[in-house]
Amino acid sequence: MIQFKINGRDVSLDADPQTPLLWAIRDEIGLTGTKFGCGIGMCGACTVHVGGRATRSCITPISDVAGTEITTIEGLDTDSNHPVQEAWRNLRVPQCGYCQSGQIMQAVALLQDIPNPSDQDIDAVMTGNLCRCMTYPRIRQAVRDAATAMNGAQDNG
Amino acid sequence: MGNKLISRMNNTTRSGDMTRRGFLVSMTATGVAFGFPRASSAAMDPAASNGIPIEATGDPFEPTLWYWIDSDGRVNVNIIRAEMGQHVGTAIARILADELEVAWDSVHITHVDTAEKWGTMVTGGSWSVWQSWPVYRQAGAAGRTALIEAAASQWGVDPATCTARDGSVSDGSNTISYGDLVAAGIERSFTEDELQALPLKPHSELRLVGKDVTALDIANKTNGKAIYGLDAKVDGMVYGVPLLPPTRLGSKVSAVDDSGAKDVKGYLQTLTLDDPSGTVPGWVVVLGETLMAAKWASAKIKVTWAAGETAGVSEADINDRSRQLIADGTTGAILPTETPDTSAAFDAAANVLEAEYVTQTVLHFQLEPVNATVFQNAEGMWEIHTGNQWQSLILPTLSTALDTPADQIVMRTYMLGGGFGRRLNGDYTVPAALASKALGGKPIKLVFFREDDAQFDSPRSPSVQKMRMAFDGDNKVIGMEHHAAAGWPTGVVVPSFMPKGVNDEPYDPFAIDGADHWYTVGAHKVRAITNDLANKTFRPGWLRSVGPGWTNFAVESFMDEAAHKIGTDPLEFRLQHLKAEGYNAGSAPNAVGGASRQAAVLRRVAEMSGYGATDLPADTAIGIATTFGQSRSMPTWTAGAVQLHVDRKTGQIDVQKMWLAFDCGTVVDPDGALAQCEGAALWGLSMALYEGTSFENGNVSDLNLGSYTPLRMIDTPEMEIAFVESTEVPVGLGEPGTTVIAPAIANAIHAAVGARLRHLPIRPDDILAALNA
Repeated sequence: MIQFKINGRDVSLDADPQTPLLWAIRDEIGLTGTKFGCGIGMCGACTVHVGGRATRSCITPISDVAGTEITTIEGLDTDSNHPVQEAWRNLRVPQCGYCQSGQIMQAVALLQDIPNPSDQDIDAVMTGNLCRCMTYPRIRQAVRDAATAMNGAQDNG
Repeated sequence: MGNKLISRMNNTTRSGDMTRRGFLVSMTATGVAFGFPRASSAAMDPAASNGIPIEATGDPFEPTLWYWIDSDGRVNVNIIRAEMGQHVGTAIARILADELEVAWDSVHITHVDTAEKWGTMVTGGSWSVWQSWPVYRQAGAAGRTALIEAAASQWGVDPATCTARDGSVSDGSNTISYGDLVAAGIERSFTEDELQALPLKPHSELRLVGKDVTALDIANKTNGKAIYGLDAKVDGMVYGVPLLPPTRLGSKVSAVDDSGAKDVKGYLQTLTLDDPSGTVPGWVVVLGETLMAAKWASAKIKVTWAAGETAGVSEADINDRSRQLIADGTTGAILPTETPDTSAAFDAAANVLEAEYVTQTVLHFQLEPVNATVFQNAEGMWEIHTGNQWQSLILPTLSTALDTPADQIVMRTYMLGGGFGRRLNGDYTVPAALASKALGGKPIKLVFFREDDAQFDSPRSPSVQKMRMAFDGDNKVIGMEHHAAAGWPTGVVVPSFMPKGVNDEPYDPFAIDGADHWYTVGAHKVRAITNDLANKTFRPGWLRSVGPGWTNFAVESFMDEAAHKIGTDPLEFRLQHLKAEGYNAGSAPNAVGGASRQAAVLRRVAEMSGYGATDLPADTAIGIATTFGQSRSMPTWTAGAVQLHVDRKTGQIDVQKMWLAFDCGTVVDPDGALAQCEGAALWGLSMALYEGTSFENGNVSDLNLGSYTPLRMIDTPEMEIAFVESTEVPVGLGEPGTTVIAPAIANAIHAAVGARLRHLPIRPDDILAALNA
């Protein structure tokens, strides 16, 4: 049995410890917002937070996450109103949308680490997430907008 | 253009209860009781968190097949197109809602499952808005007319004194909502002739078309709730992964030894598929209780194949075959251009310019690998749960594969994690269906890992093109020839779709569109040649913009070469030959204005980019290109300019900015249009500089992102995109932006450093080689 917390909920899995976290999340736990793209950690569609860090769940065995706290796109905000999600909706970033859970999770982690990212910071971090619809210009702008919104909220509060 | 053919192929018949609601009811009624497999929600309403469409309150009014209005005044619009990032339901529903005169927040959409009543179901060719525009406008006008008539009759007034707006009818003193009118009961139907005669709103009164509205699919694409094919869930389903044979066609399984897999926990069994449809010959599918059990087991199963005849084929072999076919003047179809016989022009020429252009194989690499979940339901119907772009094409194949009448097969609707043409070819549903059939209809989810998806792709074929231009003694262009050889997607998958050339030979329009350009060049021969070696080595695919993705690389690079040859500026040279006269004058309804509209977007992009500026830094330049998008029958007038810098030491290209101008007629969905053009242009950039694979030993040599390198954010340049204001027929925008970027880049490289690159993709080593040549 491997135990961890996902989106605030305790789970224990009776699965092969080598099972990639991605498939445990999707097929065992039933949260399908996290996506499969390349299986080798190079497209970012499977990005979740493990202990707050952006993690490629397709190459992370569940044995590595025992005892940790995991957040997926479904657990980012109760009402799906995280400032990053709002920025994504305002700019109408998604096209097919398949990569966007991973993009959003990556962007949230980026803004935790670098609250005021430069354009170079955004490019350097987000370039690890492939978007086949090529929504890159809007992702770039949405990260900037989310940073502004989050910093504004902090300044006011 | 393909409707007639496809409706012939769409030989399904359905009972009336195959609506989503009917399906759900029958599932809860019999599924639980008898233990048959139950599917979770598909994704018919992308705005609903469970994908399930709204149900009408009371008896709805259904003026046409395309929508109903209920007693709450809610409008549910049926969409037969696949959602793969275009927000297609939002674009189409607004066309209807505008004519119907309802507020956008009362509009809902349903992406329907396959049923004969919908006619041809295909999403491709950048056709969706163009084809839907007249149909959904009429449908909306029918509802508005009926509701106004009903209100006028209630009040005993002349319908001409009534107006409709925001879901209500008013005559100045009375007002009644659509919902109340529907609740009172409306019986009104329209014949096809009546529909055609309905008054449509003038452009000045359009309130949703061309305006900003909320896209219905976007919210669920930011919270993980959008449901894609890979998210399909069916009670009791097992997982399958394929073991692919060494060649796409012609391989046979000699032996399967799964003894090494027996100790993999959750491994179930290995199936050697028997495929009466011939879609997936020599395939083996490994089943497991979990996906990883199937995957881990598959690594331990030994399959011996007798490989097909293409096991040794390389990219060079395919291109050599193209050259051989081009050199043999008897091959191919000659397109019906104005003056296809060029012999006199070239015989009389004072000068002839010739060049060869080559483009490499390109993968779709849509981010959601292909997959399908298949089972036989309680009623004996085969259910195919998957994202697909051309249901009407694959249903007859599934019928053959399952040895079941097509009316016993239904394809459920899911969001597509990228289409780009890959899911026009529904071949990936066939092995899932065969595996389920082998288990008596048990539900199976067949998942392609990325490497399998890439190997099984229907890639963009490599192409070889030979261009020729004849000049007279005054350097006037008197003739042009374009000989293009490639694998033909339509020739392989739907040969009956192909028109015939002037020499009575059939050709794949999608593999040659673009070559039949709007330049006036005197005699003009366009020769389309199918590459038989390509066609048997792989399944050539329709990939975003298809032929125009390579034909325009040749046409627009060659126009630049021709301009330089006679010492004319490339912009001026193009404008001189874009004359709206004769064959290129254009015609109603789709190509009003002809070549003059192409000239206009070209001028526009030249202005936007500051083309011709002389103050750019060293080794930096702007290149231009112009196309008509996808086809002469539906021209989207397109022009692009790219500014880049070439590093002479490393061969690296820094693309600094891209400008695009489009004349697509009426812009229906402004933000969606912009998004499509951004994405299409960046696909063009990706295929120009960053991605391309090649055949080795009968298969593509790049299977994943370790070596296949599509555009990433870090290489994404600034872009400026403009649309010409127009009230002409709206044409397509999904692909045209792709077509101008590669030639504009090649032309910019030439302008920057004098090197002419005639091969896609253009890699740093190619630049260095050209500079050192």
